[in-house]
Amino acid sequence: MLLIPCPWCGPRPENEFHHAGQAHIARPEDPAAVDDATWAEYLYLRTNPKGAHAERWRHSHGCGRFFNSVRDTVTDRIASTTRPNA
Amino acid sequence: MMAGSIQTFSFKQLLRRAFGGAWTPQWRDPEPQAGYDVVIVGAGGHGLATAYYLAAEFGIRNVAVLDKGWLGGGNTGRNTTIIRSNYLWDESAAIYEHALKLWETLSQTLNYNVMYSPRGVMMLAHSVHDTQVFKRHVHANRLQGIDNEWLTPTQAQAFCPPLYIGSDARYPVMGAALQRRGGIARHDAVAWGYARAASALGVDIIQNCEVIGIDRDADGAVTGVQTTRGPIAASRVGVVAAGHTSVLMNMAGLRMPLESFPLQALVSEPIKPAMPCVVMSNTVHAYISQSDKGELVIGAGTDVYPSYSQAGGLHIAEHTLDAICELFPTFRRLRMLRNWGGIVDTTPDRSPIIGLTPVPGLFVNCGWGTGGFKATPGSGHVFAATIATGIPHPIAEPFSLDRFRTGRLIDEAAAAAVSH
Repeated sequence: MLLIPCPWCGPRPENEFHHAGQAHIARPEDPAAVDDATWAEYLYLRTNPKGAHAERWRHSHGCGRFFNSVRDTVTDRIASTTRPNA
Repeated sequence: MMAGSIQTFSFKQLLRRAFGGAWTPQWRDPEPQAGYDVVIVGAGGHGLATAYYLAAEFGIRNVAVLDKGWLGGGNTGRNTTIIRSNYLWDESAAIYEHALKLWETLSQTLNYNVMYSPRGVMMLAHSVHDTQVFKRHVHANRLQGIDNEWLTPTQAQAFCPPLYIGSDARYPVMGAALQRRGGIARHDAVAWGYARAASALGVDIIQNCEVIGIDRDADGAVTGVQTTRGPIAASRVGVVAAGHTSVLMNMAGLRMPLESFPLQALVSEPIKPAMPCVVMSNTVHAYISQSDKGELVIGAGTDVYPSYSQAGGLHIAEHTLDAICELFPTFRRLRMLRNWGGIVDTTPDRSPIIGLTPVPGLFVNCGWGTGGFKATPGSGHVFAATIATGIPHPIAEPFSLDRFRTGRLIDEAAAAAVSH
């Protein structure tokens, strides 16, 4: 079980959190204007890196807030967690 | 051993060896050649099966199967070996049933005992929703010509005596869907059997050879791969690398609709035969059968975050053991011997991706997620046909990478609600 440092609450066990996928994926501003390939990229394509991975968590059983983290997907070590737009 | 001079296994051979004479290695261990007609990346069950069918059915024998480790050392050697074909959608049922039919004669085909044991796979229902979903599966499977039947709790317990069906359970058993032709097979033997048969047909299986780059020409078409043992030329490359597919496809500039997660399994100390069948419960996350060595083989869930660590969190395994103890009170005092993880590549619709890619000459077979072992023979067969002809095999066609653009998803995620 990971020990995840929530930027508001401090280190808490993983089962207080909800994993919310890869970070920094922006929804196209005007979905009707983009082609199918762009929409598919937004919905489905993921970097899935072996190494440093930017991802989102939600502290669902704590403060309830979303934040970003950078975690190494080989060691599972969390390098940093940051508040959104920080 | 020369290509083609395979040592067959038979009662006569067994008798002969009893009086002396050594068994020869089951496959060659060749140095990589400068080039091949086809390079398969990943010597797991699916990759080895692909190479075998390329050689045996499509006459393409100048084939190499590369692996960064040893053959069958990834998910093929780490899974809980459940085989069934009672999926909901016609596309899924077609490919898993194609595989199941090949399982039934695989030992004879390969002259290698893969220990396929159709002992029945029983999926437990614990809620009204489960009951409705599984009955829907039973009806869909009947239309597809696939065996699947509904059992009452009493019938389920008659089929699997250690199962507890009392109404005081936290999640009481409300019924079960049973596929009698489902079962298990010996995972290592599947890899070894395909490796041996492919090697005898001339396929080079090159272990400890990691692919570190994919070469392409000015038009973007594949010309070969760079490996830790030097460059290997090939105009057709098939990536069959499970959890590491994203990493490999990235070498050709492609992003995939995949995320890799650790999936855990564990085995108990060996006991006398107690589990006559396979029992799965998606709702309480328990997957259990008994190996021929006597160990209870237990499958747990995936972690919630993507990882390549090949080790999941302890709480994931504990969650499954809670469910096992509730369903099978007799197993409560068993000790667990080993646990481990494998990296599974999951797609958004929980169905695999088999076929062509936007890069000419680059083929991919991935996204089997938490349930790929059962498909090994069928997956290898249709992927070999796709690579040999350059056209998706009719059974593979719906599983194209392009479906994520067109929206024609095969949504087994919604159908099963969880991993399968």
